[in-house]
Amino acid sequence: MSAGTPPLSTPPKPQAKALNCPKCGAAITLRCFGQAETVVCGSCRCILDAKDPNLAILQQFEIKTSDVKPFIPLGTRGKLRGTDYEVIGFQRRHITVEGVTYSWHEYLLFNPYKGFRYLSQYNGHWNDISICKQLPMLEGGFFVGIGGSANYLGEVYRHFQTSDANTDFVLGEFPWQVRVGEHAVVTDYVHPPRVLSSEKLDKEVTWSIGEYMYGREIWDSFKLPGSPPEAIGVYENQPSPVTTNVTSIWLAFAAFAIFLLALMAGFDMRAKKEPVLHETYLYNRTDAKSEPSFVSDVFELTGRTSNVEVKTYAPVGNHWIYLNYALINQDSGQAWDFGREVSYYYGYDSDGSWTEGKQHDSVVVPSIPPGHYYLRIEPEADPSLPSIAYTVDVIHDVPVFGIYAIAFVALLVPALLISLRAYTFERSRWSESDHPPVQLSRMTGNSEDDS
Amino acid sequence: MTQPVANCPNCGAKIVFRWSSSVQTVCEYCKSILVRTDVDLKKVGQVADLPPDSSSIQINTEGIYRNKSFVVVGRILYEYDQGGWNEWHAMMNDGTSAWLSDAQNEYAVSWSSKAPTLPAAAQVQVGQQFTWNNQRYVVTVITPAHYRGVEGELPFQYWDKTDVTFVDLRSETGKFATLDYSDPEPALYLGEFVEFEDLKLKNLRSFEGW
Repeated sequence: MSAGTPPLSTPPKPQAKALNCPKCGAAITLRCFGQAETVVCGSCRCILDAKDPNLAILQQFEIKTSDVKPFIPLGTRGKLRGTDYEVIGFQRRHITVEGVTYSWHEYLLFNPYKGFRYLSQYNGHWNDISICKQLPMLEGGFFVGIGGSANYLGEVYRHFQTSDANTDFVLGEFPWQVRVGEHAVVTDYVHPPRVLSSEKLDKEVTWSIGEYMYGREIWDSFKLPGSPPEAIGVYENQPSPVTTNVTSIWLAFAAFAIFLLALMAGFDMRAKKEPVLHETYLYNRTDAKSEPSFVSDVFELTGRTSNVEVKTYAPVGNHWIYLNYALINQDSGQAWDFGREVSYYYGYDSDGSWTEGKQHDSVVVPSIPPGHYYLRIEPEADPSLPSIAYTVDVIHDVPVFGIYAIAFVALLVPALLISLRAYTFERSRWSESDHPPVQLSRMTGNSEDDS
Repeated sequence: MTQPVANCPNCGAKIVFRWSSSVQTVCEYCKSILVRTDVDLKKVGQVADLPPDSSSIQINTEGIYRNKSFVVVGRILYEYDQGGWNEWHAMMNDGTSAWLSDAQNEYAVSWSSKAPTLPAAAQVQVGQQFTWNNQRYVVTVITPAHYRGVEGELPFQYWDKTDVTFVDLRSETGKFATLDYSDPEPALYLGEFVEFEDLKLKNLRSFEGW
C-alpha cells in the first residue's frame, strides 16, 4: 500500500432500487433501502424475495376482485405528525364474524430515520398505528364477560374484539415475510381515540398503538385528490362527538342545582311573607246585579318594592267563579288589574272518576311599591250558582320559585341530551364488539349497521 | 481521552483509536480485524464487505443521551430471517461505552450489565419473566441470528462468529434487555427504548431522495 493514506471514499448514498419482476418483467421499485423482506409485483401479483438479488418468487396469488385499490397509491409521500413518510406497502385483511366478512386496508409507511408506521382504513375510518415500545399490562377480566382490559402508559383499555385476521391481498414491500393467506390473532382494546392491538403469530406477539384519524386529515397529509370516503357507522376507537366528559357535565349540573337551592333558601329567608289581608266575602247572585263591584279594607305594604300574592279560595263544585281584581294604590290611584277564575269539576265516566280545576287559586303581582292599597273585586259566577262564600288572602313579599324551576330545567335538558347522545354513540360503538350491549328493544331508533 | 496511534499490520494505514478502552478495531482500508495487544496490533481476521444496510447511523454519528454526548465508534451487524440489525458501539463523553441498537429504526440504548445467574438459552421461552435491578422484564422474542460483520472499535474481541441466539425482553416501562448467547457465558445488556428525536443525532447518513 502506498505511504500516503488514500482518501476514503464515502459509501454511496442508499437509494431506491429499480428492478424487474422475474416473472413478468414489470418494473419494481424498492423504496426502503434494503429493509424490505418481500416485495409484490404490482402487475402479476408475485410475492418476491426482496433480499434475493434475483428476486425469487415466493408466492403468486390470484386476486378475484379487481376492486382492491389503495386510496393512497404506493410511493405517495405525506407528512404525518411532523414527519415525512412514504407509502411503501399495502395489504388487505379480513375477519369473518358469524359468516360475515369484514375487510380493512393497511398501509405501510416508511421514513429512513423514523422507521415504519401504519395506517389502517375501514369503512372510511382511519387509524395511525405504530409499534408499542412499552409493554402493555394485561389485566384479568374482573367484570364477568367484559373480556379483561389492558393497561398501557397508565391508561386502561377495554377489550373490544378478538378475531382471526387473514391477509388476502398485498402490494409493495414489507420488512417482514408477508404472504397471502397468512393469519394472525388480533385483539383490540380501546380507549378512544386510541386502540391498543396485539397481533399474535406462532411465536411472537406484537403490540401496536393506534390513534383515530379522520379521512380529511389523511387527504390533507398526503395531498390526495378528491374527497375521502365517508365514514360509515361508529368505529371501535372513534372519539365520541360528545367531547365533554358526561360525568363532569353532571357534576357541574349538581353544583348548579345546589347553587339554585341555596339561592332559593336565601330568598325564602329574606322574603317577609307578611299577610296583609284575609277576608271572606259572600257572592250573592241577586245582590250582584245591583252592586257588581266592591272594595276591600285598606292595607299597608311596608318596606321595599316587592311582590304581592293574591290567593283566592272558593268551595266550588262543578261550578266556576270569576273574579276581576284591581290592586289600587290609595295615594296615587295607580291600579293593577287582573282576573282569576276558580273552577272545580268532577265526575265519573267509562275511564273512572275525573276532576278538573281547583278550589284554590294564587297569583303573584310583581313590583308593587310600598304604600296604602285596597282591592277592588268584581265577581262573576256560574249562572247556576246562586251564592258562594269565597276567601281572599293578600300576602306581601313572597318568594317566587318558578324562575328556579325554569333555570333547573334549562340546565337539566342539555345535560340529559348530551348524556343521551353519548350513550347512543357508545352503544353503537360497542354493538360491533365482542361485548354488545344488551338489546333493550328493537324499537330504539338507533340503527346499528348490521351489514 | 487518549488517542493511541498505530499502523495496520496488514496494509500499514494509520489506525487511530478514538476510545482508549477499545480492544478491537477494523482497518478502514483493508478491512482487517485488528486486536490490541500490549504493544502492538495483531491481525486476527478479515471482514468481507458489509452488506448494504439501511441504518441511518454510521461511524462518527454523534448524539446526546441523558445529557451526555456520545460518538459512534464501532458496530456489530447481525442478520436474522426477518432482516438485520446493528449494534452500534457508542463512546460516551464520560469514557464509558454503551450500545445503540437500531433494529428496523427501532432504537434502544443499553449497557453491559451483571446479574447473579443468567438462564441458558435452551431454558428461555417467550412470555417468561425475569427480574433484574428490581425491574421485571418479559421475554418478547428469541432470535436465532447470524453474525454478519464488524466495523470500527469494539470494547471486546468479536469476530468470526456464526450463529448466535439473542433473547429480547421488554418491560411495561419502556425498559429493554437482551441476553446475548454469542459466547459460552451468556451476557446481559440492560437499557431502554429511545425516541429518534431525543438522541439529537448528527452526522447521520443521508438517503437519496430524503
